Formats: sequence, structure tokens, C-alpha cells
Amino acid sequence: MYTEKVMDHFRNPRNMGEIPDADGVGTVGNPVCGDLMTIYIKVKDNHIEHIKFKTFGCGAAVATSSMVTEIAQGKTLEEAMKITRASVADSLGGLPPVKMHCSNLAADALHAAIEDYYKKQKEVKK
Amino acid sequence: MTTQKEAKNIASQKRVYMDYSAGKPVDPRVIEELLPYMRSLYGNPSSLHSFGQEAKNALEEARAKVAQLINAEKKESIIFTSGATESNNLAIKGIAYRYKDRGTRIITSSVEHMSVVNPCKFLTTKGFEAVFLPVDQYGFVNLEALEKELTDKTVLVTMVYANGEIGTIEPIRDISKIVHSKNTYLHVDATAANGQVPIDVKNDGIDLLSLSSNDMYGPKGVGALYIKEGIRVEPSLHGGGQERGLRSGTENIHGIIGFGKAAEIARTEMQTESERLVKLRDRLIKGLLEPTRYSFLNGHATKRLPNNVSVRYSFIEGESMLLSLDIMGVAASSGSACTAKTLEPSHVLLAIGLKHEEAHGSLMFSLGKQNTEEEADYVTSLMPGIVKRLRSMSPLTPKELNE
Repeated sequence: MYTEKVMDHFRNPRNMGEIPDADGVGTVGNPVCGDLMTIYIKVKDNHIEHIKFKTFGCGAAVATSSMVTEIAQGKTLEEAMKITRASVADSLGGLPPVKMHCSNLAADALHAAIEDYYKKQKEVKK
Repeated sequence: MTTQKEAKNIASQKRVYMDYSAGKPVDPRVIEELLPYMRSLYGNPSSLHSFGQEAKNALEEARAKVAQLINAEKKESIIFTSGATESNNLAIKGIAYRYKDRGTRIITSSVEHMSVVNPCKFLTTKGFEAVFLPVDQYGFVNLEALEKELTDKTVLVTMVYANGEIGTIEPIRDISKIVHSKNTYLHVDATAANGQVPIDVKNDGIDLLSLSSNDMYGPKGVGALYIKEGIRVEPSLHGGGQERGLRSGTENIHGIIGFGKAAEIARTEMQTESERLVKLRDRLIKGLLEPTRYSFLNGHATKRLPNNVSVRYSFIEGESMLLSLDIMGVAASSGSACTAKTLEPSHVLLAIGLKHEEAHGSLMFSLGKQNTEEEADYVTSLMPGIVKRLRSMSPLTPKELNE
């Protein structure tokens, strides 16, 4: 059902955990649907310096979270905003069709974390 | 769920199958019984010649064995089908259509298999009304609600004998008394229960009963519907008039012979095997729940199927648990949406009052003939580590649990 890449990320998730003093935090999903993920980012010079995730959900939810942190690490914020659900799924060698919608939320969580960072920056400037 | 490379690794690794309610191996004695027939029995039971009559005799012998298992009044009360789904469809739609002059209300519970739920829902598009009775926290159907909803216009009550997901055994005799006080028919879906608990259609007061062959270690693709003498149903398949005209089509003779043998074995061995399974079940439940905080049993502790273990762990999701177990060679199933074709968690788990996230954290082990205490202990040795790892990943886990 899952590709080897998905299983690899499920078994050995990259960047799992929290960043207590994160510059941006994004949470998407809902435990009601069975998937909830949070992405934490540290930003330096407009680049994602550190990124971590926490996920409640199925194998695909864990693997996409792990994969999105791997892709986003070191990218500029603009580049990171261009990461899509589809590109995360492609990097994992594909996901079963039923998972494409419900469990493939990691890119959204990343975008939410970046938006949270921008929002906080604005507040600081004020 | 496993990739090819992993499948190879598993072959050299320990493998534990605890998903018997999804599929059971065929009993070797059933295969032995079947093989000579598969080689030499090819006549059509409807044919007059000796080839046909040999097939006819084998068919009727199997019918008698299935009838005996449930104490049916005579073998002709057994109609062979392609499985429990067809049996449930034949019973529900067959009674509804045949007796629609008597009423258009169908009563069922909210913990039925989809092959009962969906025929009932389908009938609501054909002028019938379906009532799904509530259940309590264990999954027992509310008998007061049954009494209240059971009007003179009720044409059928259809109830599961025991739920396959949470194992709860319904009080069928009490249900039967209530149903028959209103002169309504009672259909019982015994798919999960058959071969595990003794079913007696006469003493239990059952009018129609669905059975499945594979659920008692017979071949897949065969089932039966018991129909009490005197009750009529509309046919499901129209054709050459086989199975008393209720289910046309040349009989799946090899499957049926295997089903008959499986029923015979179940009748003689059920009690001993169920006693063994109850011990194994309770050992597994204890081993799964005791070492881990925020873990719970779904269903009732004692009024449950001998082979059913359904538990839930807070803050984590079922499919991740299944994958983690699969990596270690253990096959189980979950109540989570993510393994099914729909996105909703199991309607059964929601009906017993679980929140969506609790239902998503459910895990089911269904035991069978080949499971041992050693296997149960292997599974319980794995679970705390799996739960701990997944909880460490989950944003829902309270901080103190990860310390």
C-alpha cells in the first residue's frame, strides 16, 4: 500500500519534535478526521534554519510531515511557500489515492508556520 | 501495507496473524474433504443422471450439516448464498418486499455490519423507513427503545448476534421475545458469532439467520441464510430456480461441501476452542492494557466474542499502530478511517459513544485457532514501545507522558 520511502519516513521520521522558542508555528488538521500536525520553524536571514514537526495520524500523515521538514530545511521562506501537497507526495514516491486528501496536510502546516512567522514579525515592528 | 522488501524480511522473521475476523485460513480437514470432490465431482446437482445425483447428494449432505449446527428444524430451511453479505441482503430486502403490505418499518441497531446498514438504507429509497436503535457504552442494543419503536407497521427487525468489531454479544432471546410479541419477524446476522458461540434458532427464537463459511474456517465465497419454515422472502436472483427459487444459479458445490465440513467441525469443537480462546483473549487484553496508561477496552469484558480484543490508546492513531505492528510481523486491524475506504471512523465505535479521536485510536486483534499464548505475549511485549514512540510524535500527548 505504501512505498518504501513512505515506510522509511514512518520508521525513521526526520526532525520529529518541538522547537520551544520557535519563530513560527503552524497547526492544521483535526483529530476528528484522524490527522493533526504541527510544524515549528526557526528563521534566520529569511531562511528556515531549523524545522520540526509533531503529528497525530496515519502512516501517510507522519511520512508527509517528515518529508516536508526535509524539503523545507535551509530553504528561503519564499521557496518554502512554493512547496505543495503534490510535491511532498511526489517526493515520497506517491501516496495511495485515499490518502492524498486526508493525510497530505504537511505542506499546509508548513505554510501556516511561515504565515505565523510573518504575522509575528509584523507585531514586532509595530 | 508492506513493501516487497519488507515482505521478504518478514518471511525470515516472526509472523503473528491476529486478523481472523477479516479472513480465516481454511481448516486442513476441510481441504482434505474437498479435494476428492474437486477432482471428480463436476456434475450439476440439477441434472437427473448419476453425475448430477452425486453432486446433489453432496450438496444435501452439506445442507444438513449446516442445519445441524444451528438446530434448524430441517435442512430445507438452509439456503446457500455467496456469503453473509448476500444472506443479509436476501433476508432484509426479501422480507421487506414480500411483506410490504404488513408495514414499511424496518428496525435495526446502530452497531450492524455494512451489509445490514446499507440494505436498510437502500430500502428507505423504496418507500420503507429504517430505524437504527441506540446502544449503550458496551454496544448492547437499547431494549426499551426497541419496544417503543416496534409498531404494528414494523415488517422486520434485523439485529447482529455479536458485533465483529467490539465483540459484544446481544441479548438475542430477549430481543426475540419483544419482536414476537408484535408478530414481527426477527433476522439475525450471526456472521461474526457463528462457530464461536452456540446458536440455536429454535431456542433463541430466530426467524432468519445469516451465516458465513469462512468465518468458521470454511472456504470464502459461501454463506447461508436460514429461513424458518412458513416464512417467505422475495428472491434475490431470478433464474433456473435453484435453492427453492430464492437464489437461482448453479450451486457453488465445492464451496458448499467445504462449508458443510467446517460446520461439522465447528459443532464438535466449538466449546473447547472457545474456552481456549477466552483465556487467550483475556490474557491479551490484560497484557495490552496493564502496562500502558490511558488505554481502554472497547466493548464488554465478559459478554464478548471469545476471539475479540478491541482496545484503544489515547493520543495516537490506529493505522500508525497497525503499521508499527506490521513492521514487527503482527497483523491486526483498526477502527480508524485511514485503513478503510471511507474517511469516517467506524460507525460502531461512534455508536458506543467514543469521540472521533478515541475511535481513531482503536486497535482490534481477532484471534483464531492458530494463535498461542506465546504469540499473545509477543504482541503485548511490543505494544508499550509502539505506543510510547507514537505518543512522543503526537501533538495531543500531555507533556508528562513523554517524560
